[in-house]
Amino acid sequence: MVFGASSSSSKGMTSIDKRNDGNNNFVAERNLSALIVDDDLIVRRIHTTLLTKLGVKTQGVENGKKAVDLFQSGDFFDLVIMDMEMPVMDGPEATKQLRAMGIGSMIVGVTSRNLESEKQAFMGAGLNDCYVKPLTVDDMIAILNKLNNN
Amino acid sequence: MDSVTQLQGQLVDYTTSLFNEGYLNDQYTQLQQLQDESNPDFVVEVVSLFFEDSERLLNELDRALDQQSLDFRRVDSHVHQLKGSSSSIGAQRVQNVCIVFRNFCEAQNVEGCLQCLQQVRHEYSLVKNKLETLFKLEQKLLAARGSIPTQ
Repeated sequence: MVFGASSSSSKGMTSIDKRNDGNNNFVAERNLSALIVDDDLIVRRIHTTLLTKLGVKTQGVENGKKAVDLFQSGDFFDLVIMDMEMPVMDGPEATKQLRAMGIGSMIVGVTSRNLESEKQAFMGAGLNDCYVKPLTVDDMIAILNKLNNN
Repeated sequence: MDSVTQLQGQLVDYTTSLFNEGYLNDQYTQLQQLQDESNPDFVVEVVSLFFEDSERLLNELDRALDQQSLDFRRVDSHVHQLKGSSSSIGAQRVQNVCIVFRNFCEAQNVEGCLQCLQQVRHEYSLVKNKLETLFKLEQKLLAARGSIPTQ
């Protein structure tokens, strides 16, 4: 499985191309799985479609507690896309709990505002990285390449 | 110039104008990139979700702002959701009003909130109209392409 970033001619858009075009590509050693944790249906839909298109097996839940429950029941995901503000259990709390459980998955936080203070506080809960949502194609490719390299 | 070329030109022009006038931003382009043969109606589906969500939230906002004593936290929560979904599809102008709206909520400014509600309704109906027109153009183009005999 190859995650490539190749720029097309107009507007510098990145095309999602699973073939190896020789640019910044890595081959995944195994099939990756991801969990999208977000109370916003539209964002879940977008992130799920994006990851599925990049060849990642994806599941979605609408709050932090459901995410923690899944891991507790023995499910495992290589990547968690964790929204910050959610009802029942928010991103920071869910992240803390997952780390306390010893979960070493890559957890990428997403916030709706690009506030340094908010992102830093969220990072402090145990994230590997933090982005503003929704994630772009380029963001996701960067995340998956990092995951691949770990 | 045949009708397919004409329609293509119309579509490009119309889409470009939506971006130039700030109705849509790059996030909309991101959605278009996610559409493919395995997901041929992705953009329309996500935009439809946005329409449903927005209409529900605007009604909730009407109700919330109609109360004797305003619950600003409740209003803010709805605006936060509306901001989220509008930013997800790239509806820039709606998103911008939501940002101002949230500031008024934080300041507990009733007048400001009422004005923003009017404005956000206005921007929403504008972008809804524009997107529906865009989708109709796309359908016309598809239909025109489909009726051309293969060589």
